[in-house]
Amino acid sequence: MAEYNQPSTLEEVEKNFEQIKPLMNSTEAYYESGRCLFCYDAPCVKACPTGIDIPLFIKQINTGNLNGSAKTIYKANYFGNTCGKVCPTEVLCEGACVFNEQGVKPIDIGRLQSFATTKAMDKDLSLSKAVEKNGKKIAVIGAGPAGISCACELSSMGYDVDIYEAKSAPSGLVLHGVAPYKITNEEALKEVEYLQRQFGFAIKYNSPVTTHEQLTDLEENYSAIFLGIGLGKTASLLIEGEGLTNCIGATEFIEQMKLNPLQTFIGKKVIIIGGGNTAMDAASECARLGADEVILAYRRSKAEKRAYEFEYDLAKSVGVKGMFNISPVAILGTEKVEGVRFTKTEVIDGRVVPVENSEFDISSDMVIRATGQSKMIELLEQIDGMDLDRKGRILVDPESFQCKNPKYFAGGDAVNGGAEVVNAAAEAKIAAIGIHNWIIGEETLGG
Amino acid sequence: MPNLTANLAGIKSPNPFWLASAPPTNSGYQIMKAFDAGWGGAVWKTLGIPVVNTSSRYGAVNYKDKRMMGFNNIELISDRPLSDNLREMEEVKKYFPDHAVIASLMVQSKKEWHQIVNDVQNAGADGIELNFGCPHGMCERGMGSAVGQEPEVIKTLVGWVMEVAKVPVIVKLTPNITDITQPALASQMGGADAISLINTIQSLVGVDLDNFVPYPVVDGKSTNGGYCGPAVKPIALNMVKNCAIHPEFKLPISGIGGIETWRDAMEHIMLGASNVQVCTAVMHYGFGIVREMISGFEEYMIEKGFETIDEMVGKALPNVKDWEDLNMKYEVKASINKDKCIGCDLCYIACEDGAHQAIRIPENSTNRIPEIIDENCVGCNLCSLVCPVENCITMVRTDDGSEHETWKDYQVKDKAPNTFDDERAGGRGHYVPKPSDALKK
Repeated sequence: MAEYNQPSTLEEVEKNFEQIKPLMNSTEAYYESGRCLFCYDAPCVKACPTGIDIPLFIKQINTGNLNGSAKTIYKANYFGNTCGKVCPTEVLCEGACVFNEQGVKPIDIGRLQSFATTKAMDKDLSLSKAVEKNGKKIAVIGAGPAGISCACELSSMGYDVDIYEAKSAPSGLVLHGVAPYKITNEEALKEVEYLQRQFGFAIKYNSPVTTHEQLTDLEENYSAIFLGIGLGKTASLLIEGEGLTNCIGATEFIEQMKLNPLQTFIGKKVIIIGGGNTAMDAASECARLGADEVILAYRRSKAEKRAYEFEYDLAKSVGVKGMFNISPVAILGTEKVEGVRFTKTEVIDGRVVPVENSEFDISSDMVIRATGQSKMIELLEQIDGMDLDRKGRILVDPESFQCKNPKYFAGGDAVNGGAEVVNAAAEAKIAAIGIHNWIIGEETLGG
Repeated sequence: MPNLTANLAGIKSPNPFWLASAPPTNSGYQIMKAFDAGWGGAVWKTLGIPVVNTSSRYGAVNYKDKRMMGFNNIELISDRPLSDNLREMEEVKKYFPDHAVIASLMVQSKKEWHQIVNDVQNAGADGIELNFGCPHGMCERGMGSAVGQEPEVIKTLVGWVMEVAKVPVIVKLTPNITDITQPALASQMGGADAISLINTIQSLVGVDLDNFVPYPVVDGKSTNGGYCGPAVKPIALNMVKNCAIHPEFKLPISGIGGIETWRDAMEHIMLGASNVQVCTAVMHYGFGIVREMISGFEEYMIEKGFETIDEMVGKALPNVKDWEDLNMKYEVKASINKDKCIGCDLCYIACEDGAHQAIRIPENSTNRIPEIIDENCVGCNLCSLVCPVENCITMVRTDDGSEHETWKDYQVKDKAPNTFDDERAGGRGHYVPKPSDALKK
């Protein structure tokens, strides 16, 4: 019998998806903040893509200056609470904490960060000084962490920002992709609502931008356009049987599961194909939604998997079983998934090679493909003069995140190919400054 | 945004945070770095005839896992040639004309005082601080605290300095004295423009129990040093307050002693300091800590509606009274929030063994949650101080606030006990267990 029962109410869903980084109480925050050494040129800051002044915000918590603490965080990263909860802190700030060198538990930076920012959101702490509008308009495509961060930064400089979002809610993958035990949907939305109140940008929901005409329109009406478009659907495995019912892409599965956990089909025996963090998430989620057996199948060795070790540990802790050096050959079944045919593999000179005559079948009633997301090529092809790399990532100037078509800037997954919320937040902020500098430069040339 | 500009006797600085005269201000390099990090002023490491220092100079008191709660040093004044310091001082002022650069001085003869005052003024110092406080090494040579402990000498020396001073003169006081207001008043009489306090407190921080020698160890021997760091703040606050409330003392005060966070600095200001000086916290964490202080001040001032530092100087002084002026009718009793209690029972044992036996653990209790015995509780606060849970034990006011009687009133109204077994003794009626009950537990 599985560790988790299939939930039948939203309360049970919540219980199965208990937060792994719950909100600290003030006593815990006080004790934990008191442990911080206030290192010089702190390794935690260096490990943070947004470079939050971590020792400062922790000391501010300790001295009762919670407003100052939240300001320190938001100054560097608009997704302060979200990142505190969803960042892989084990390999970023907390992984860099000098206490690790001493065999002492590192400072619980993520949870302290969420503590300070939650307090700020709850009291609607004012973050921005009133700035005069400069009369310039910027369009942002995508209301995910990149788009929102870019909008916050531009708004704080006096720009009017309109965000065009295809879906009916903001926050992108934080809402649709991040594992529910890392952050709740309410929390994800709460931070965006707070930021919108603070910075006053507009979000146009259900407004997908897909055509050349729409883009031309944006180019005419806005001084610059920021692409925070993220990634597309799960990439295909290019094997037989992918079209069978109950064979689904991880991104699509997670989105469905997050929005409608009770209506999402969960197999009794689920096979997850992939060795990245999304595969780990999907596996954990299936287990917590009541699957009896969850198998992670990865074509390379355990050591080669791209997922963080702690993510694999988390999956294992809810009963997920890892199988390595196997690759799917076909999804079996007539209408619905009935199993997966695998071949054993070995890695020769870095390349995965099937082992001859090693095929075997595993029965299963659900397959989740966690094999990476495709790029938004169709949209990008509509924009004149864009440069993409071999993998379909947008090529930008690393200093300004400006695209080859100078009116466009980009950041987040569409540029980095799929990284963390914190990377999107960091890149988008730089891009916003890039947009500002470019506009000033154009004006200087024009005048 | 609140205005953090500070003014001490006419010496202006962008904020009230100065570095105290100490190792962090040993060179122009350090001071420029500090200003760049956000400090508003710096008092240069004391200048005079350069010294020779010992190797091994500092000792510390740790409290559990916290390092350097207290700190002591046996280092002397600057060991660098005066001309090097003067040249650097001039350079610092060129880069930072709006920051306060104060020259701390310590010499002996009138001629030396005149010469060095002129020298630092020519180098561009915005003010002068007279080091009458150093309690180790220099005092044995008739300087430092040896001067600070003799009000008459202070007055004379300040007089010498004032003969040639063109910039404000601050006298830095030693706390190694019974009544701090005596040297403060002597400084005022001598003509000084401000005082700063406290310098370090004579101390021994501990003993190496394996080798039978106190710290810090210099070739198997040791000597007393000067104590500073977070541990000394309460002593400093009291002395700052004593000077600030003295009716005849009118000079502005620069507060020093135990300042590590914005709160420590604000407490000094609330008790009468116009600005503050910091050393130990910088020796521990570097110049970067000033950003926590600045942010803390800004947020506090926004929250409380203060716009300038001056508005806050001495804000708590009207609420400082002599003991005999406190209201004896005010009454608080401890209250335990059972939902928050974690059952450590530290409050119980603290009250039982260390105070007034006003807490009990109910018999057959399964949850270890103690109860206050209201009639025994004298409102001493001890339980609330030892309780590790925020807002678990609170002190609740139980009088109705209608009565106000001080010890002074008690004496006038003949309510004060004046015989050994007086009926009016405060403890009469308080429950005290029988001595033999102690052995029944």
